[in-house]
Amino acid sequence: MKKLFKHTGYFLLLSMMLSCFDPSKPNYQYFPNMYESVGYGTYDESEAFPNGIEAQLPVEESIPRGWQPYEYENSTEGYELAKVELKSPFEKNDENLANGKKMYEIYCSVCHGSKGDGNGILMEREKFLGIPSYADRDITEGSIYHVLMHGINLMGSHAGQVNDKERWQISQYVLKLRNDLIK
Amino acid sequence: MGPKLAGVSAKYEKEWLYSWIKNSSAMIKSGDERAVAIYEEWNKVAMNAFPQLSNEDIDNILAYTDYVPEPVVTAVADAGAVQLQSQSSISTDIILAVLIVVLFVLISMLYLVNKTLRAIALNNGIVIEKQVKKQSKPIWILFIQNQFLVFCSVVFFLLSSAYFAYGWLMQVGIDQGYMPIQPIHYSHKIHSGDNQIDCQYCHSSARVSKHSGIPSLNVCMNCHQNIAEYNGEEDLEKGYTKEFYTNEIKKLYKAVGWDEERRIYTGETEPVKWVRIHNLPDHVYFNHSQHVNVAGIECQECHGPVEEMEIAYQYSPLTMGWCINCHRESDVKVKDNDYYTKIHEELSKKYGVEKLTVAQMGGLECGKCHY
Repeated sequence: MKKLFKHTGYFLLLSMMLSCFDPSKPNYQYFPNMYESVGYGTYDESEAFPNGIEAQLPVEESIPRGWQPYEYENSTEGYELAKVELKSPFEKNDENLANGKKMYEIYCSVCHGSKGDGNGILMEREKFLGIPSYADRDITEGSIYHVLMHGINLMGSHAGQVNDKERWQISQYVLKLRNDLIK
Repeated sequence: MGPKLAGVSAKYEKEWLYSWIKNSSAMIKSGDERAVAIYEEWNKVAMNAFPQLSNEDIDNILAYTDYVPEPVVTAVADAGAVQLQSQSSISTDIILAVLIVVLFVLISMLYLVNKTLRAIALNNGIVIEKQVKKQSKPIWILFIQNQFLVFCSVVFFLLSSAYFAYGWLMQVGIDQGYMPIQPIHYSHKIHSGDNQIDCQYCHSSARVSKHSGIPSLNVCMNCHQNIAEYNGEEDLEKGYTKEFYTNEIKKLYKAVGWDEERRIYTGETEPVKWVRIHNLPDHVYFNHSQHVNVAGIECQECHGPVEEMEIAYQYSPLTMGWCINCHRESDVKVKDNDYYTKIHEELSKKYGVEKLTVAQMGGLECGKCHY
């Protein structure tokens, strides 16, 4: 009987050693130098730069590839100016509208609602309050583009998430939603 | 955000408030002293114009902001609740003690009954036989003597150890279930489950690039500039209280350098050292945008039920076998994709099938992922 206990003990110990996997630590690797190259990873810590991070901010005043300088400043005056002057360089076709809808569903509808009436899920759950319906605001494609670029009041800038063309597609779709709401 | 509205009609006369609410920026421009003073005080954030409100509407709003609710007497009710709770816990303690006493009484009764019965048996002349152990050969000698049994058990032992050894070798380098502790407790369950924010709202680079990047903190601040505390459900067992979550939001503010009181960025930032979970070996090429945009696969197919994960973990094994299996099973999405139209037509004719799998389109070629 004693022996049986001893054997089950050994067996349990063995199975624990086999199955024990600490989920907070990565598993060991077979030939790790084939898994991880010598070069720096994007978000690695590194001593190459004074602040100890590999990922560095681009030099000031540099413009990412495919971007264009945006000259309307982030102020009420800039907003008013963009509202009047700024026009989309893209054709208003169904393809652009469809992609505008796709982008709108990802980036805008959580707050503004899928109809643009300001009743998104975050509004319903009272995370945000006072999101206006597009129908109640006098907006143009230029002003929508400007707001996507710089944000307004509680809304932050979304320039990092959608590119130039996508911003124009979104503003086309937002104007369509507004027209549907006003009808 | 902006001054307190309670009692605002006492500070300003009605006509001034009408024109302020309908179009505040026009008043600031016209150089109204008090208007400019408010604008300056609140970091030059303009209030929205509300031309759609009539004077009557504004009167109603002002009546609401002037209303002072009577202080509700909550303290007494709270004290009562505490008392009730402690009473109920006392009663469970008592029940437990009584049960323990009953148990002891039962055990001692059993012992006494046994003792009396033995005494009665002895008085009546009945001899209680004691079990006598027979001397026999120990079991291991019997085992060795049976050679067939020894052979079978050796084979069994070898097979089972080979099974375990194989299993152990195959899991080397696989991080399925890897769930590191992150510097900020970010709950995917709250963000993409409860609040239904699209995965790509934050991981926007999955749409356009190889990586589904870690969102930079300005994306967090798009919402958290406004949401400074957590008011949702709590999980007390695991310690996820409202204070806990609110404290995590404060960690974000500290990292991004946001002064909550003054509502400005201080410029004192510090990077958040997120721990990477999914990491393919460097000799594998994988492109998110190809899978998300071209193939239109849901994130959950590879990453599992992220919207239910309080702590994010690696759901799939991310082995080569796992990749290839999916490439063999899934069809190429050709709808609305001119790039594939011609090649799909030719290849499907060649293979004699309606729809091509990714593998038939060349998705198993070594050079597609290893180069």
